[in-house]
Amino acid sequence: MPASLSPRSRKALLAALALAAVAAAIALASLNAGTLRLGPDAVLRTLLGGGTEQEQLVLFQYRLPRIVVTMLAGIGLGVAGAVLQGATRNGLADPGLLGIHAGSALGLMLFISFFRTLEGSAALWIPAFSFVGGTAAAAIVFLLSWSRTRGLQPIQLLLVGIAVEAGLSAATLMLSLRLDPDTYAFAARWLAGSVWGRDPIHAWTLLPWIALLTPLVYRASRQLDLLALGDALGTGLGQPVQRSRLLLALAAVALAASSTAMTGSIGFIGLAAPHLARRIAGPQHRHFLPIAALCGLILLLSADTIGRSLFQPVAIPAGVVCAAIGGPYFLYLLFKRRR
Amino acid sequence: MMSHSRRWTKAAAFSASAALVLLLLAAALAYGAKDVSLPVIWEALTAYDPSLPEHAAIHGLRLPRALAALLVGASLGAAGALVQGATRNALADPGVLGINAGAALAVVLCFALSPWMGYGLVMLASFGGAAAATAVIALLAWLSRGGFATLELTIGGAVVSAMAHSLAVGLAIYFELSQDLAFWYAGGLAAVRWEQLRLLAPVLVLGLLLAVLLGRRLSLLSLGDEAAEGLGARTGRTRLAALGLMAVLAGASVSAAGSIGFIGLIAPHAARRLAGTDYRLVVPLSALLGAALLLAADLASRTVQPPREFAVGAMAAFVGVPFFLYLARRERREL
Repeated sequence: MPASLSPRSRKALLAALALAAVAAAIALASLNAGTLRLGPDAVLRTLLGGGTEQEQLVLFQYRLPRIVVTMLAGIGLGVAGAVLQGATRNGLADPGLLGIHAGSALGLMLFISFFRTLEGSAALWIPAFSFVGGTAAAAIVFLLSWSRTRGLQPIQLLLVGIAVEAGLSAATLMLSLRLDPDTYAFAARWLAGSVWGRDPIHAWTLLPWIALLTPLVYRASRQLDLLALGDALGTGLGQPVQRSRLLLALAAVALAASSTAMTGSIGFIGLAAPHLARRIAGPQHRHFLPIAALCGLILLLSADTIGRSLFQPVAIPAGVVCAAIGGPYFLYLLFKRRR
Repeated sequence: MMSHSRRWTKAAAFSASAALVLLLLAAALAYGAKDVSLPVIWEALTAYDPSLPEHAAIHGLRLPRALAALLVGASLGAAGALVQGATRNALADPGVLGINAGAALAVVLCFALSPWMGYGLVMLASFGGAAAATAVIALLAWLSRGGFATLELTIGGAVVSAMAHSLAVGLAIYFELSQDLAFWYAGGLAAVRWEQLRLLAPVLVLGLLLAVLLGRRLSLLSLGDEAAEGLGARTGRTRLAALGLMAVLAGASVSAAGSIGFIGLIAPHAARRLAGTDYRLVVPLSALLGAALLLAADLASRTVQPPREFAVGAMAAFVGVPFFLYLARRERREL
């Protein structure tokens, strides 16, 4: 380890290494979960080129793509939550609560009604649709909760988010009830937050969004730090506050929307991951953004693994697991704030 | 003189709402897959002849559905008035606070455990779910320093609602319950028959009467706890009674019609606008307005694009969401 690192950076680096190890362990456990079991030794053997033909098929065609999708989406949701919380100066921001997921859901529902299929290369378009929906929802929420005198108030933002989410969900529901039973079953699972992307093409679809946007956001860590200091100070330090806030929020929406496009509407990860990361790495975005990404990855991967293995052979959507654990955590944060 | 003219406006508000409810009731009976003229409806009600298809349709399908819409709407409106009065929170509503979602979770659990469970048991379970959600909300209010009257409570309720909904969806997936359940969940009055109505109606009518009787105490509560206690009111007991009654009304409504939000939000606000802050008037007027709203929503849901039916809960949301947003903006100005 280079001696020039500050103690905080060193701590963040150590935490990141530890979390990466945890993530790898969970990924191995997740590879093992399922009707066809693959032990860690078999996984390693197959990854290194050995293994039987059946093991290779299961690993490379089914398990691995799904786990890659889950990991990428976890990173996306964790970073999206961190950026939203920073850009809106709102510790309770979460893409799910702000109506972004509901907008993405409506976009996806329009996609299903329009294309009638989710197979093959049509999948490449899904993130685009859910991104447009999510952006529209976010725009509505931000416009409606904006006050000329006070800017964005945290509570206001959440209230408007709840209302917009209710309205968009009603529209989604109307559309979903007209689907044929098979498509409906898919839509219902998606809305419940079930990782459905399990073909290699889904992983390839999600990868560019995460791989491009996450470094962009990381480069803007300093801007996020300045935004956290408040608008007056940010402006004083020569920061075009509103513009950077808008761009960062847009990036967060893109991350959240593309992730949920492949994993379904999963709430509370974008809320919890940044909070855990801030505890570990402190408030500087340069340190805690990577940790938030890792936390999101670990949370989503564990939720998916728990949901798949706890009630075998039925798979409970990861979104249900997240809501059951994340909901109480949110209530704790909400009511702790006042004390 | 002033109070005299006020009294007239209130009387006018009551008669206008009652007339509106009657009008919508008649429309609910008249319009549908086949339009029926008013004289025939009257005949079907007074001199029922099972051999006539029109009479059979009115008696077997439209009348129970319209009565259910009337009663459930009235209950949701009154439940909204009760919870807004008891919490002094303008953004409270059985739907927003997660009471409906708690009841719906219990009903889904019933469907999952035994699909042929009798309606009476389902209704009891629904009460249980509503009561449990109410207890959670009360606990949150107790934990937060601001008590019930904070916006945090509304947000907390929305999260409780999201959790209950998510669990219900998980159950539905685990037990492979079908799209029909989603329809019920979204608010379906289409399935209400006389068998359900026979159990539902007495409960709701009794609950509505008790709610009206609670009006005087709620008015005292609206003065604030200290003033109310100074006037001899038992605030804790009143609040408990109002919330308990709200749980019963909301639970019974959900067991019959699914989770319908926002009616309990809109009706009391409109009632207060018309009748002032006296809950002896606000509660019955909210019930009337709630009935009118749900009758209108149900009528719209089945006449917009026949023979397809829209989910009535979604219909209510389309009206309710802008109203909620308006209230949220106004609330900020008052803060």
